Amino acid sequence: MLLNQFLILAAALFALGIYGLLVRRNIVLILLAVELMLNAVNINLIAFEAVLNTPEAIGQVFAIFVITVAAAEVGIGLAIVLLIFRNRRSANVDDLQLMRY
Amino acid sequence: MSLTDWISEPINWFFAAIGLLVLVSAIKVVTARNVVHSALFLVATLAGTAGLFIILAAEFVAWVLVLVYIGAVIVLFLFGIMITRAPTGTDEGLDNQGKVIPALLSLTVFGLMTWASLDAFGSREIVSGGEVVSVEQIGESLLGRFVMPFEVVSFVLLAALIGGITIARRDATPLEEEQGARS
Repeated sequence: MLLNQFLILAAALFALGIYGLLVRRNIVLILLAVELMLNAVNINLIAFEAVLNTPEAIGQVFAIFVITVAAAEVGIGLAIVLLIFRNRRSANVDDLQLMRY
Repeated sequence: MSLTDWISEPINWFFAAIGLLVLVSAIKVVTARNVVHSALFLVATLAGTAGLFIILAAEFVAWVLVLVYIGAVIVLFLFGIMITRAPTGTDEGLDNQGKVIPALLSLTVFGLMTWASLDAFGSREIVSGGEVVSVEQIGESLLGRFVMPFEVVSFVLLAALIGGITIARRDATPLEEEQGARS
């Protein structure tokens, strides 16, 4: 196995995440795109760990940290989405122009 | 390494199959016209990623991914979709009008990253069939060298838990507060 096949796949996932982040209007779908990008980072960490074979499995430990922080981020993010929806009756980012000018 | 060499390794067939699944479902995540389908395609992407982790001899992280992401995060997303009553049928209003610039931007990022990794790790190989990292190793690392980040992450989770409850809680209306004070 080449290292690059994993890195390029992760790059493709990351680019798709950026695309989704910019194209989607629904906040929940934007959060889904962020998850795709975090997932790409995890693939990179695990692939480098497989190459370097550190005695303390540093890459895997960092991947676990990333997964944990992503879980916390989703929890807070969806709570904020819920609050916005309760106040504005909408989950579209276009409708949140209160702080624009 | 030539293409025939690459194909002759059986583990690369698994990689090709799983990589294709991951890519196709990731494309569907960002293009699906249905919010629930988008979330379910993310499940396929994450399951494929777990398969890649198993190919890379990272079993523990693969199962953590399945448990935390597919088990918890996706369920949270589905609840979020249901509660915000985002249109569950096909909807044209899910995307912005301009898609050319985001597509160009993400293609540029992909091209740059691909070029950088090809430049840096041209034909660097991962030795397959290496030793699987044991859970014991990860546990000793987590509670040894990385015990401080581990504690910080646990604090982040606690803060997110309390913060999530505080943010999403429905505040009592003045009338309800009055009744609560009376009783």
